[in-house]
Amino acid sequence: MTNKHTLSVLVENKPGVLARVSGLFSRRSFNIDSLAVGETENPDVSRITIVVDAESSPLEQVTKQLNKLVNVLKIVELDPAQSVQRELLLVKVRADRAQRSQVLETVELFRARVIDVAPDTLTIEATGNPDKLDALLRDLEPYGIKEMVQSGLVAIGRGSRSITTGPALRAA
Amino acid sequence: MTRPTPESLAHRVTPATVAAAVNPASTTVAPVATTGAGALVRSLEALGVEVAFGIPGGAILPAYDPLFDSKVRHILVRHEQGAGHAATGYAQATGKVGVCIATSGPGATNLVTPIADAYMDSVPIVAITGQVGRPYIGTDAFQEADIQGITLPITKHNFLVQNAEELPRILAEAFHLAATGRPGPVLVDIPKDVLQSQTTFQWPPALDLPGYRPTLHPHGKQIREAARLIAAAKRPVLYVGGGVHKAGATDGLRKLAELTGIPVVTTLMGIGAFPDSHPQHLGMPGMHGTVPAVYAMQKADLLVTLGARFDDRVTGKLDSFAPDAKIVHADIDPAEIGKNRHADVPIVGDARHVIDELIAAVSSTAGGTDQYPAWWSTLNDIRERYPLGYEEPTDGTLAPQYVIERLGEIVGPDAIYCAGVGQHQMWASQFIKYEKPGTWLNSGGAGTMGYAVPAAMGAKVAQPGTTVWAIDGDGCFQMTNQELATCALEGIPIKVAVINNGNLGMVRQWQTLFYDGRYSNTELGTHKHRIPDFVKLAEALGCVGLRCESKDDVDKVIKQAMEINDAPVVIDFTVGKDAMVWPMVAAGTSNDEIMFARDVRPTFDEDDL
Repeated sequence: MTNKHTLSVLVENKPGVLARVSGLFSRRSFNIDSLAVGETENPDVSRITIVVDAESSPLEQVTKQLNKLVNVLKIVELDPAQSVQRELLLVKVRADRAQRSQVLETVELFRARVIDVAPDTLTIEATGNPDKLDALLRDLEPYGIKEMVQSGLVAIGRGSRSITTGPALRAA
Repeated sequence: MTRPTPESLAHRVTPATVAAAVNPASTTVAPVATTGAGALVRSLEALGVEVAFGIPGGAILPAYDPLFDSKVRHILVRHEQGAGHAATGYAQATGKVGVCIATSGPGATNLVTPIADAYMDSVPIVAITGQVGRPYIGTDAFQEADIQGITLPITKHNFLVQNAEELPRILAEAFHLAATGRPGPVLVDIPKDVLQSQTTFQWPPALDLPGYRPTLHPHGKQIREAARLIAAAKRPVLYVGGGVHKAGATDGLRKLAELTGIPVVTTLMGIGAFPDSHPQHLGMPGMHGTVPAVYAMQKADLLVTLGARFDDRVTGKLDSFAPDAKIVHADIDPAEIGKNRHADVPIVGDARHVIDELIAAVSSTAGGTDQYPAWWSTLNDIRERYPLGYEEPTDGTLAPQYVIERLGEIVGPDAIYCAGVGQHQMWASQFIKYEKPGTWLNSGGAGTMGYAVPAAMGAKVAQPGTTVWAIDGDGCFQMTNQELATCALEGIPIKVAVINNGNLGMVRQWQTLFYDGRYSNTELGTHKHRIPDFVKLAEALGCVGLRCESKDDVDKVIKQAMEINDAPVVIDFTVGKDAMVWPMVAAGTSNDEIMFARDVRPTFDEDDL
């Protein structure tokens, strides 16, 4: 059984902040499923999206320990039902002339895109939530996956409220 | 520069609050041209730093030039570890921020142990390290070490300074972070070319810490809830830790305790927060705590936890710790609350504010000592049956506990006692009576052997008018005694009682109890071969060396040491090696299995429960 939580962490955009965050996770024996980081609309602030696999009590510890980092500005947990969550997948699939149309059909079905073609392979780009990408991979597997790379998950809350104006995750 | 969100700005600390928190004498300095090194030293002066402990070296060398003319007293230590522990001792004896300085590479890595030590015990120190010049960073240059990376997990925060302009701000931030909220060590790493570059210094700088906002004032609802639990409790205990010292809340604690009549236990870091002589004091809880303190917590129906953190040395096996107790947990660090034990009433706040508000909230219902007659009669019975004590050695050797007990009685409660780590530390916590805050310094969380001598040095520098005793073991003493040379030359007349049992005593005790008496690598030879001879060693280091080998001489030698005030004194107390620390809860077992002495389990009447 998984117990995944998506945390959006706003941090000061300074050197070494990612090391502080990721180091905290390993040091306190918290497991990171995925991590993605990038600048926000404010170039002085970066946003780290972390998917943690945790029971609720360790999750509270994770949040509290993260909050103690001086460079961490705000932490919000994004409920999958109240947010849009996406990963990016690039996958190179074996597809000779005979198989190509079947693969393209799958690509179509998942609203993915072909981004590179070679005589015996197709390289496909897909975005989606982790379940969708898993399903796509399952369908592509029989053809032979030569190589794949996946980004960390990024997520944003639904509706008009922004992360800077909404309430922070603050357990005490 | 970061542009924080409006929300985070609302909590922003102003230079004025820094001045109040760090140094009330903070001054204003109009812009003046100087070097990075000059800005560093001027910042230290503006922050009110009186003393820094350190050793120069290549990368930090530019800073030592303006330091030569500064009013900041620099004490040249013999090893950087000594500088770090001295800064800690200074901070613990004053509540002010301690400062240590080292050069890059090995100088900086030698600070790692004292920084980790200060982190575990939440001591406010600022470590300033030189770094290789910016163009050399990352090239494995001579004496390069990534000290920022190395100290990431053991500092409250750390900085690598990128240019001289930001030095005053970073130093002000470092001192502010070290001293406020849950205190802790902060490291500032400064590349050599930053120290050498030209800059303009002005003071005060504006702090830029948008993500740092400690909660000082507790939530009123939680205080009322705590007061409700206190009023309803039949067997409450006040579980007091080092946070009460740090918040300067000891007067309030006494008021709260006397108002409510609740029994008090003080942890290793909390010793001195409540007078040992007070009738409501049950002693220290935990692995080597008193039977009444351990018993009271195990049977309690409410633990009012103030600035303590449910450390494994206190709780024993966690799932059988205080099984019937509801938990009120007040701490300035929200991450401590619920970390090891679920809190029924979590209170985030500074211990002083928490205690003051608790006093106000319970004053209408509190009924003094008469409130819990059954609880007190049980506890008094246990206290009478299981007092702290020790047996005279049967082999005619000197009992280490006797030495420490007499030391405490002769020297009295106004002195500062500073212990190393091991048996002597536990006996010093048990057999000396502490009446005042800040008189007991030790390495609690990290358990750093070698802490005592340099920490005593720092404490004596902070409180030159106070007698400072280091109580050390022969193992610990051999780790950091080089600082006695510093003490001798700098006029820091500390006194050192080496409780010399010829062995790594605590490890030997575990070998006796759990390894069938197989004494693997615990015999140090300080008895058998008298190597080193601590009297000669003391003399070589510019101290007075004394020796005491019999019970009859103990008082005389202590008094002799008390009369020497112009030089550090070392007493080699040659004591028996078989003495053990009791009571004891073996590691990993339940506090219910506390042993009063070897093979002696306390018996508790079922009626007691």
